[in-house]
Amino acid sequence: MTSGEAGGGMAVLATSPVESGVAKNEPKGRSLWADAVRRFRKDRMAVACLAVIAFYAVIAILARFELIASPWDTVIGGAYDPPSLQSLAHSFGTDIFGRSVFYKVIHGTRIAMSVGLVASLIAIPIGVTLGALAGYFGGWIDEAIVWFYTTLSSIPNIMLLIAITFVMGKGMGAIYVALGVTSWIGLCRVIRGEFIKHKSRDYVVAASSLGASHGSRIFKHILPNVSHFVIINLSMQFMGAIKAEVILSFLGLGVQGQPSWGVMIDDAKLELARGVWWQLAGATVAMFFVVLAFNIVGDALRDALDPKIK
Amino acid sequence: MLIYLLRRIIGAIPTVLGVALITFLLFNLVGGDPTYQMLGKHATAQQVAELRHEYGFDQPLITQFVDYLRQIVTFDFGRSYATKQQISAMISNGIGPSLTLAIPAFFVTTILAVVIALVVSYFRGRWVDKLGVVVCVVGMSLPSLAFILFGQYILAYQLGWFPISGWDNDFSDRWQYIAMPMLIWVLVSLGYDVRFFRTAILEETGQDYVRTARAKGLAEKVVFFKHVLKNSMVPIVTNVVLEIPLLVLGAFLLEGFFGIPGLGSITIDAVHNSDLPVLKAMTTLTSLLMIFGNLATDVVYTLVDPRVSLK
Repeated sequence: MTSGEAGGGMAVLATSPVESGVAKNEPKGRSLWADAVRRFRKDRMAVACLAVIAFYAVIAILARFELIASPWDTVIGGAYDPPSLQSLAHSFGTDIFGRSVFYKVIHGTRIAMSVGLVASLIAIPIGVTLGALAGYFGGWIDEAIVWFYTTLSSIPNIMLLIAITFVMGKGMGAIYVALGVTSWIGLCRVIRGEFIKHKSRDYVVAASSLGASHGSRIFKHILPNVSHFVIINLSMQFMGAIKAEVILSFLGLGVQGQPSWGVMIDDAKLELARGVWWQLAGATVAMFFVVLAFNIVGDALRDALDPKIK
Repeated sequence: MLIYLLRRIIGAIPTVLGVALITFLLFNLVGGDPTYQMLGKHATAQQVAELRHEYGFDQPLITQFVDYLRQIVTFDFGRSYATKQQISAMISNGIGPSLTLAIPAFFVTTILAVVIALVVSYFRGRWVDKLGVVVCVVGMSLPSLAFILFGQYILAYQLGWFPISGWDNDFSDRWQYIAMPMLIWVLVSLGYDVRFFRTAILEETGQDYVRTARAKGLAEKVVFFKHVLKNSMVPIVTNVVLEIPLLVLGAFLLEGFFGIPGLGSITIDAVHNSDLPVLKAMTTLTSLLMIFGNLATDVVYTLVDPRVSLK
């Protein structure tokens, strides 16, 4: 590095190691992403929470391919056996049909994670595309898109979710669609705002004067510069979907014939009077840790990726 | 001010029409014809035709839409499938119970949240603040259903401090049924509110005018309570006003669990009975309230923030 040599050439011995040290720690042209990863890793709590989310994801995948806790509806004991240490399957007790609550929690994990994933996969493309179009083109396109999301967000989320799952017929498909089409608005707003800011910046003007088309300016030039907002949004999106699935399933609008955390909590409301607390506790604890992890990771991502507070 | 208000109200009309259109498309087009579901498999053609006529499903879509707009304007949403009552009567009976729970709970939550947020942000960076943030995040992450179920089980069923659920038409005896759902409401929403308010306050403390105030030698207390507090009221008030329209529906899970015959219970019953007209009316009504809530927020903005002009 030339700057290190220059520092040594100054012949001030005390400062040269410091300067070369700075040069080593802060190489030129470090990207936002590398910088963000570095900052995120400094937050030990967030890294631990990311590991928790990864753990839930692994559990969900293993359960999806029936490698663990399968089949979930095997009868392993009597009705309402309290939790016991005799085996892992008994560790959360049994439900009314003598099925393992632990297995049900694991399948609930699979449902929750898949709902979060699919809802995000539906919502992110909608939010990014509409936000980009509205922010970039402005004019009537902007007005139409803003009108559309203002309208949609005027309907209270829970009523919209109930309405969509209702008219589409209960079940997983309806849940995916309902959560996907209701949760893109926040991201769309952010992306639109960023596009409005970026479209008149020098690098975009330079690109257009070199003959870049609208498509190229949107996708090749501006989008990579605002894409970190998708990641910041993802964590909250995922968490919102998990929470909403539980409430919809609890209302009987969600998953049918399979255990989900919401269905388990719904069952538990009648069991509690008989002193059967473990089904509720199992679903609650499982949900609590993943939601907590998403909350903390979401905050850390915002801190790491939002250059404003650098 | 009047002209400003008028302009805002006219500006809200496209949103109202949009809400009506989306609700209409959802319920009348995607939802399809629910008459068979209501009458069961053994309905005669005569019965089906009569019912279709009563709910207007035999009309062309555009007529149905105009009819629905007329329903919104006249606040007459027809009869419920399940209870056969007039929906407008059901709704006006439900508003009272909903608000007796929602209004006190809302005020207690807001006041407590602002006070706690002030305390933790006054001690920003110290252990009080750190502890506060941890408690908030944990509270936000606990599922609200768990608060409700465990609260009902432990406080009402095991300890017997409150009745498990119920309702009294007499105002003076209502409080005992309201107390526990109110407590749970406060616990559920406190975490989110405190965190939001704390962020709003701390954002202000980073502003230049705060540095100026400190630089000219003002005591930290004066800086905090005189300068920061006043300015951080803008985002706080916005957030609070935005929550008001949701109050009507806000606690629908709580209402369901504690047998409070409010709008939330009506909605939950409608879900369980596949009562589409009631769901449609509730969706419409709550959306309209949201739109007017947004309007109210903007108006409040102009009142608390002199920088916002009435343009």
